[in-house]
Amino acid sequence: MISVQTHDFDMATEYHALLTNTDSTINSADGAVVTFVGLVRDYNQGNHVQGLTLEHYPGMTEKALEDIVINARAKWLLGKVRVIHRVGQLNLSDQIVFVGVTSKHREAAFEAAQFIMDFLKNRAPFWKKENTDQGTRWVEAEVKDELAQQRWD
Amino acid sequence: MIKVLFFAQLRESLNCAELRIELNDPKFASILKSAFTLEQLREQLANTDDTWQLNMQNGKLLMAVNQTIVNGEHILQDGDEVAFFPPVTGG
Repeated sequence: MISVQTHDFDMATEYHALLTNTDSTINSADGAVVTFVGLVRDYNQGNHVQGLTLEHYPGMTEKALEDIVINARAKWLLGKVRVIHRVGQLNLSDQIVFVGVTSKHREAAFEAAQFIMDFLKNRAPFWKKENTDQGTRWVEAEVKDELAQQRWD
Repeated sequence: MIKVLFFAQLRESLNCAELRIELNDPKFASILKSAFTLEQLREQLANTDDTWQLNMQNGKLLMAVNQTIVNGEHILQDGDEVAFFPPVTGG
């Protein structure tokens, strides 16, 4: 399930949901859960960051994230997959992104979570504008993120 | 009609979030005789003035048609939603 939202998310709630089937029974088929949370960091690309605004392309963001999850499911046998990305005004240490993946064994869950984040970084239409001590600036895309995606080619 | 969207620093530099292009506009008459590609739309927009020239010819720009990233050879159809945007920086 994909959500693009302004409000915060709760790690414990999301973890519990990953262990619960859609019919409310316990998901006992999966022995591994991997979760990732991305946060607003205080220093980036040479600037002291005070907060940021996340812009997105409504409609395409959801579509891009769904495509990434479909591609992950084609590569690994996964149980539940959850992606949440926040948009709008965020402060230091706020949660930005959540990726949660379950699978029978840990290898698939670890790899699929990384795959989803690597593609999200390069394909999902979100843009960060940081408020820094030098004024506002648009974050530059980084080559390391492009290289991280290429390892899955 | 084609809807054209601009995002992030590109939207700010152009001071334009959205354009609607009527395909029967005379300035497109010459290229509409053949297939109208995304690259031709980009060139047409770049010809608007110096600001558009500078921004629309940035080789790093990404282009999407109907919310899927495509390249310049993509042929446009009436009713398409086109978007131009800088490399993405979410996550």
